[in-house]
Amino acid sequence: MTPEVTASGSSPSAPAPSTIASPSGASGLGWFFSLENRYLVPMFITTILIIGQISFGLLESWWQTFLAIAISILTELALGRIMTGQWPNMASAYISGISVGILIRSPLFWPYALCSAISITSKYVIRWRGRHLWNPSNFAICMMLLLAPEYVATLSVQWGNTIWPMLIVWTLGALITWRVKRFHITATYVVSFLFFAFIRGAMTGHGFLAEVAPITGPMYQLFIFFMITDPKTTVSSKRMQCLVAFLVAAMEMVLRLSENIHAPYYALTIVGPIAMAIEIWRTSRKQVESGPATA
Amino acid sequence: MKNRIKQIALIIFFIVLLAFPLVYKRYLAGNDVANPVEAGSTAIERYGFTLTESAKASGIDFRHSAPRLDSKLDHIMDQVASMGAAVSVADFDRDGWQDLYVTNSGEGSRNALFKNLGDDTFRDVTSEVGLDGLNSRENGVSMGAVWGDYDNDGFEDLFLYKWGKPELFHNDGGKSFTRASEQAGLPKWVNANTAIWFDYDRDGKLDLFVGGYYADDVDLWNLKTTRMMPESFEYASNGGRKYLFRNLGDGKFEEAGERLGIKSTRWALAAVAADLRGTGFPDLFIANDYGVSELFFNDGGKKFREVGRQTGVGYAPKSGMTAAVGDVLNQGRFGIYVTNISEEGVLVQGNNLWMPKEGTAGDDIKYENLASAMGVELGGWSFGAQFGDLNNDGFQDIYVTNGNVSLDKEKSYWYDYSKVAGGNRAIISDAANWPPLDGRSLSGYQKKRLWINDGAGSFKEVAQLVGVNDVFDGRSVAMADFSNSGKLDVVVANQKGPLLFYKNTVAPENRWIAFDLEGSMSNRSAIGAQVRVFWNGRQQVQEVSGGSGFCAQNQRRIHFGLGKATAIDRVEIRWPSGKIETVRTPEPNKIHKIKETA
Repeated sequence: MTPEVTASGSSPSAPAPSTIASPSGASGLGWFFSLENRYLVPMFITTILIIGQISFGLLESWWQTFLAIAISILTELALGRIMTGQWPNMASAYISGISVGILIRSPLFWPYALCSAISITSKYVIRWRGRHLWNPSNFAICMMLLLAPEYVATLSVQWGNTIWPMLIVWTLGALITWRVKRFHITATYVVSFLFFAFIRGAMTGHGFLAEVAPITGPMYQLFIFFMITDPKTTVSSKRMQCLVAFLVAAMEMVLRLSENIHAPYYALTIVGPIAMAIEIWRTSRKQVESGPATA
Repeated sequence: MKNRIKQIALIIFFIVLLAFPLVYKRYLAGNDVANPVEAGSTAIERYGFTLTESAKASGIDFRHSAPRLDSKLDHIMDQVASMGAAVSVADFDRDGWQDLYVTNSGEGSRNALFKNLGDDTFRDVTSEVGLDGLNSRENGVSMGAVWGDYDNDGFEDLFLYKWGKPELFHNDGGKSFTRASEQAGLPKWVNANTAIWFDYDRDGKLDLFVGGYYADDVDLWNLKTTRMMPESFEYASNGGRKYLFRNLGDGKFEEAGERLGIKSTRWALAAVAADLRGTGFPDLFIANDYGVSELFFNDGGKKFREVGRQTGVGYAPKSGMTAAVGDVLNQGRFGIYVTNISEEGVLVQGNNLWMPKEGTAGDDIKYENLASAMGVELGGWSFGAQFGDLNNDGFQDIYVTNGNVSLDKEKSYWYDYSKVAGGNRAIISDAANWPPLDGRSLSGYQKKRLWINDGAGSFKEVAQLVGVNDVFDGRSVAMADFSNSGKLDVVVANQKGPLLFYKNTVAPENRWIAFDLEGSMSNRSAIGAQVRVFWNGRQQVQEVSGGSGFCAQNQRRIHFGLGKATAIDRVEIRWPSGKIETVRTPEPNKIHKIKETA
């Protein structure tokens, strides 16, 4: 779940500047909620983490989450420097680390370190035509679930007993994704999930509320606000983004019908790269086709 | 060229990362493969003991049955009615042999008191002593029982807790039992899953803690609403009330829990009392399902203070199902073991072994969870657990039973369970929203865990290797020396399964010592007495317990393994009254009967 929300992420082929300036004319609250503030999402997710942990003990432990963040940042620093010769921006790595620290659950320490390392390394290894295909932390979490299920599960708890924390996270998350122009992806996914929940309920006879239950948890809030909206691993056009969000929900339904507990992660890991690959292929074809005409 | 090398190196690094879990698993598996011993003499040589299931040979023929609750719960009946198999040990007739009491939960089913005949066999004496007919739809069904001599007449009395009407039975000279519930002033209905005897105010009379699971106003046979399930999988506080019945001394008890500061309505599944700070007063630890554990410091018998967060044990919410204390590292301090749920790839809570942090003590004591570091964290859907030195090597081992609902082996309920467990309060708290179980298993058919303690900070899992091969849905574990021969046998009560009696065979070169204590100024059961044995430059402390584990009670006798030591330096006994007695160079390989000097 690595949302590299702002324009200049940590792509090895296009390393980001390591400092960020407040654009002229934008200051204070305006800048804080601006598209240029690449730290908006990291700050939001950090707030979720701190509130969740202090209020409800959301994390396995502070130390395991710190380890995930530290390994993520160190791996990014090392690989960025070695592979591109420049120091990468750390926002993406920070979000990867914190996502791993929140989303995987294990009483052990090494899964947090390993998941973070896989997450960052995957960005540098699994690339096609200069772009990485998988959302790094989504890919890493799926790998951990596949390779080490004895030691790793994913976040499955609620926001305490009241509805307020959930409402606050939904509201803030919606505001931020709106500001960074990704809300349509979130909205499409949520509507699709509800639609498919209704279908699943009818098919299984389990009732709509039982099928809707998962989306009321923090895991889904992180998933829909940060993971499926990741600009680096989503397609370009708004319409296609909505289509991909719908397809992720559709794939999730298929997986859920086969009782796959980690359906959303696997759905994104299956649909996301296929969509990316198609877009990269189409873009390159267009470039090839338009090449001779402009030459 | 340089870039190419970098890319190849990067790919190799990536492959190494992905391969790590497989290599790690192979490494762990390799350790086990290196010791492919079968239960038998080789296992004794390697681990110092073997266990042989011998219930039938010992005359124990008991099978637990589950209740049939309100039909509104039919779709999840096996999941809701998944507790009630319990075992507790006491020498009820004072003949010197440890007897067994086991509970049943089907309406009309029979609990059983097995009298130890002293020749490795038991006889069911339930009807003879008047303990028949305790499970019914009207009065509720048994969840567990604990023994304690509340009137100090020398005979252990029996408290039976239920999802229903709790019952106190007075032991009439080891020959029969008389209901004393009304005289005691017990409430009409408590959906309890834990109870322990302890003398919290050290007045020489045993008091009783009872922990509710479902809220008291829930009659599981006549539900007014299906909104009686936990409001959250990890933060639920809509469970049962906690009671602390203070013993007034004339067969009467007064409820003092709330006044003394025990106000929790979490979903309690286990409790244990022990003096964790050296104050002389027993503190109270409660393991809660669907939430954090609670630790209540006992302030001089006048007040209880909840210090879960302060001490570190009440922070991460899990599914606490057992609470047991043991001096894990022979440091003279208690660690607390709490079992939780671990299901591969779904929910890996891990069990907790709360060990006192170095340099912390008294009111400032802090605990850290060393279950992972010591290798006792992954026990499946763990229920009952107990500490006990099974091989008499001088270190406390841990036996964990597990398995929740074993139905269709090929079909799992986990997907549907996790779906609703992650849902909002409005969804999870209503049983009507829970998808039907439809004959599927939920963490069923699990292999048990028996971790032997190497004394140096790590445990080794040997259950299969020493003869523990059952895969029943284990609930309650109790340990006792049923043959008075210096070895701890293990009894396991299984939900909808047979009572298992694991008879222990221990390497003869390992020595032991045991103490049967009797209070005079203190409560006569000596519950709360601490025994500290010093030998070979090490020490170990144990405390007489009025209940520990999950719905269980070990023998009151305190048993120490000594390894190959031939002599003991001294034994210090701190009685609940505060009196300290020292026994110098007691003889090993012997049960010492010690009465508190007045």
